[in-house]
Amino acid sequence: MSESTVTPAGMADPAARRELTSGFTAEPGTAKPDPILVVDTIVRQFGGMTAVDVGHLEVQRGLITALIGPNGAGKTTFFNLVTGFDRPTSARSGAHWSFDGVKLDKTSASSVARAGMVRTFQLTKALSRMTVMDNMMLGAQHQAGENLMKALFSPVWRAQEREIEVKAKDLLDRFSLLEKKDDYAGSLSGGQRKLLEMARALMSDPKMIMLDEPMAGVNPALTQSLLGHIQSLRDDGMTVLFVEHDMHVVRHISDWVVVMAEGRLVAEGTADTVMSNPAVIDAYLGAHHDTDLGDDELLSDDKLQEIAEEVAAEEAEREAEGEKS
Amino acid sequence: MDTIQSILNAMVREAVSPQTAAVAIAVIGLNIHFGFTGLLNIGQSAFMLLGAYGFAISITHGLPLVVAVLIGLAAAFVFALVLGMPTLKLRGDYLAIVTISAAEIIRYVGRSVGYDWLLKLTHGAQGIPGSQYRGPFTDLSPFGDGNTTILSFSYHDVAGGAAWVTILGLLLVAGLIAAMVLASRRLSGRIRPAAIIALSILTLLLVLFLAPVTGQNTGVRGWWFTVVTWVLVGISTVVVLLLVKSPWGRLLKGIREDEDAIRSLGKNVFAIKMQALIIGGLFGALGGIMFVLPATVQPDSMGRSLTFFCYTALLLGGAASIFGPVLGSLLFFVGRAFIISASNAYVPDSVLSTDKTAQFAFVVIGVALMLLVIFRPQGILGDKRELRFNV
Ligand SMILES: Nc1ncnc2c1ncn2[C@@H]1O[C@H](COP(=O)(O)OP(=O)(O)O)[C@@H](O)[C@H]1O
Ligand SMILES: [Mg+2]
Repeated sequence: MSESTVTPAGMADPAARRELTSGFTAEPGTAKPDPILVVDTIVRQFGGMTAVDVGHLEVQRGLITALIGPNGAGKTTFFNLVTGFDRPTSARSGAHWSFDGVKLDKTSASSVARAGMVRTFQLTKALSRMTVMDNMMLGAQHQAGENLMKALFSPVWRAQEREIEVKAKDLLDRFSLLEKKDDYAGSLSGGQRKLLEMARALMSDPKMIMLDEPMAGVNPALTQSLLGHIQSLRDDGMTVLFVEHDMHVVRHISDWVVVMAEGRLVAEGTADTVMSNPAVIDAYLGAHHDTDLGDDELLSDDKLQEIAEEVAAEEAEREAEGEKS
Repeated sequence: MDTIQSILNAMVREAVSPQTAAVAIAVIGLNIHFGFTGLLNIGQSAFMLLGAYGFAISITHGLPLVVAVLIGLAAAFVFALVLGMPTLKLRGDYLAIVTISAAEIIRYVGRSVGYDWLLKLTHGAQGIPGSQYRGPFTDLSPFGDGNTTILSFSYHDVAGGAAWVTILGLLLVAGLIAAMVLASRRLSGRIRPAAIIALSILTLLLVLFLAPVTGQNTGVRGWWFTVVTWVLVGISTVVVLLLVKSPWGRLLKGIREDEDAIRSLGKNVFAIKMQALIIGGLFGALGGIMFVLPATVQPDSMGRSLTFFCYTALLLGGAASIFGPVLGSLLFFVGRAFIISASNAYVPDSVLSTDKTAQFAFVVIGVALMLLVIFRPQGILGDKRELRFNV
């Protein structure tokens, strides 16, 4: 792999991306030529249960990487660890991760975001009692008016505020939320909140965006444009890491797929290679003991898709219960 | 008619009292904590008490007025730092626990008689008499001696002060208040505050017409104290308005809604919560200083119940609203004065003796607060839409 394939303008050319990923070895923890995120020995235990145990993972700059795996595989926990919302149990015994060359081992969640790695949450965190516009405005970085000393003097921050507003409206427009801009975020549908959260994250001009199930609950009509938008982020040079259950989506937009099961990385590869990987099928079947293991049909895409959907449905149910309680 | 007039007079005296205004300042601070940032500070009285101690002790030690005020504010600043450091990184409940106990500690230290040096500073439970520290502030008064009645044109001057003048006036007051409620609900944008302020001034004038207040120009509870304290209420309200409408204020509300979301956007949540705690605490200290100016720095008069009054006033007026703290404090103290003087006047002593009416007033206020929280949880000026998404 030569460095020349990594163009600074991003990876807008599908052929270039294919050429790049064809150079990666399809095995868990494989090295990449230009990783933006490198994770080593990150372990998280809850009581006796090991939720995450990742030995080594590199995420290539400028690509869309999908993180898939059955329900409870530890994907969300992994996101939390990497973004500073949780601390690894292995914090003192070899856990290291760095983003864009900067060590993040002891960095707070807010500094991780300031470093350029912004995330969204599986359980959406829209700020309900604030308007959609205010939600967006909060996403922008380096706001003079957020400094208490300057806050009292509106001339100091008024101009910047207007610039941010323009940017926010532009993003809202792209996410079909512009007409909702003065509504309270709490009045949006679940899917719209997902969109708002993603748009808000983009307000900070991140280098890398981490999306935890961005399509869950999003209206199918909107999914298509959302996918297009994620791809255009990549084409603009942003790195995307996202968790998704819908195999069609994964196949459609991801350049590289990482599979987790029971906290470990079990496979890496392009969407096609990963979905025919026995380890991956095992991982998904592990959650579905009632499926006949000898059935050849299991190796087909459709079956995998079906299983994945079941898993997603279960998860949604579990969440619904969790939200109620 | 005379009874009604005397009840009215008692209410208006309470409304213009500098202590009502002083509590309003502390409530404005509490609104930053609880209303805008969601910080559950159950020790606002301690910020007030520390401000008062800092101020009074400085003056009794011969420091100039301005320095004394700054020392009072500095005491609250340090208190906020000490309380915030360990708790603001933790879940919200910890701040509540720590503030309530720290407030009690401050009060107990203030009233303790164990150490001579401490007793000399705080004078124990009896407190520092106002006469020892009031001087420099009174001396600043440009109002001179004598008494002034506000308004000089009053109900006496219309139809010889006939009963119908008062009744008509009261009806008009009710009408103005209704108009204010309507304005706060229906109007939006710039006109809303303008209309509310205009209506408030009209109401104030009318009330003073119905119940003119006579007071010393400069003496304790005189006009000098009243004017300065209410001007400070105005300044505090404007400062909070500017802060809350700024991106900094937007951050506060974001933190109130979901800290983690704000963290994920790269904001230093701890620092902002600390700033909010400090700013609100400084308003508390300022309120405390103004609270004791016409009174005594008595630790027991600035304890849990004062914090409770502040919360009642805040919820009454509407948390997270700009004018809510002022309106709430007015209603709280005026309402209390009404209940006390009305029950003194109309309830026979055999049912409720005069010395029990103050307690009775608190029972009524407590019940009113419960009803308020049940039927109008956003308070009078709060935004109902905000409560609909209370997840
Ligand atoms: N705060 C927690 N306390 C205890 N167990 C947890 C906690 N968070 C996650 N887990 C457990 O860790 C495992 C991984 O969960 P999660 O990361 O949410 O999986 P995924 O996002 O892949 O569905 C699950 O078994 C879950 O029950
Ligand atoms: Mg998850």
